Amino acid sequence: MNVGPVAFMGLAALLFCIGLFGALSKKSAVMVLMCLELMTNAVNLNLIAISRFVTPVSMTGQFAAAFIMVVAAAEIGLGLALVLALYKARNTVELDRIDRLRG
Amino acid sequence: MPDMIPAIPFVVLAVATLLGAAMVVLSDNVVHAAFWVLEVMIGIAGLYMLLSAGYLALVQIVVYAGAVSVLLLFTIMLTLRSREDAVRSLDLSWTAGVIALAVLAAAAMVVVSLEPVAERPPLVTPGIAEFGRLLFTRWALPFEIASVVLLVALVGAVWWAGSDER
Repeated sequence: MNVGPVAFMGLAALLFCIGLFGALSKKSAVMVLMCLELMTNAVNLNLIAISRFVTPVSMTGQFAAAFIMVVAAAEIGLGLALVLALYKARNTVELDRIDRLRG
Repeated sequence: MPDMIPAIPFVVLAVATLLGAAMVVLSDNVVHAAFWVLEVMIGIAGLYMLLSAGYLALVQIVVYAGAVSVLLLFTIMLTLRSREDAVRSLDLSWTAGVIALAVLAAAAMVVVSLEPVAERPPLVTPGIAEFGRLLFTRWALPFEIASVVLLVALVGAVWWAGSDER
């Protein structure tokens, strides 16, 4: 028994959608960032799986995944710094209560 | 590396990853959710090993399972006033579920309609040495840009989260 690329793509799609569901429905900023991490990991998994099957020698997908990891690390670092700054300014991380721009 | 990806380790890792992701969304304690994120990251690192991407599996463990999880736990710790604040309502919304299901259906349709690529992965898989050689030759410019991105993110994070008197 061996596994083809479709199994990896299906797994990545499921993981992405779980992350999307969480990111859209959670009300704590930290939880939303965690779910965003799940989504970027699903994308990376897809890239690496397809790279293994289609471009195994040049490893294009692996390099793309490596650079996505860089951007995702920067994103989570800045996102959490933003959450800390918001907590200092408004004393909450609840997204419902950050509504100063609401009309 | 053999020219096949065995099914049993794949199924074990896939179930562990999906279960962990579901628990991130379904656990009512933020600290528990952070630890489930850690479990998902380790499961994905195992999947990278199955795909003979050893270097990225290593990076996944160091960056995500190491740095990002610690960062998440620190932020949770710094933004909670008391132990009880970690427990919160589940916040599951129907709209988000419908949107996620629609995206899943679209993705499934695309995956099914794809041209079948090779069912068996090719035998040749370059190792970490080849990865490093390509990183510093063909991908040298993106590599340098990535270092600038990380530097800017570092300075920005310190600027945002740092000094109180501004």
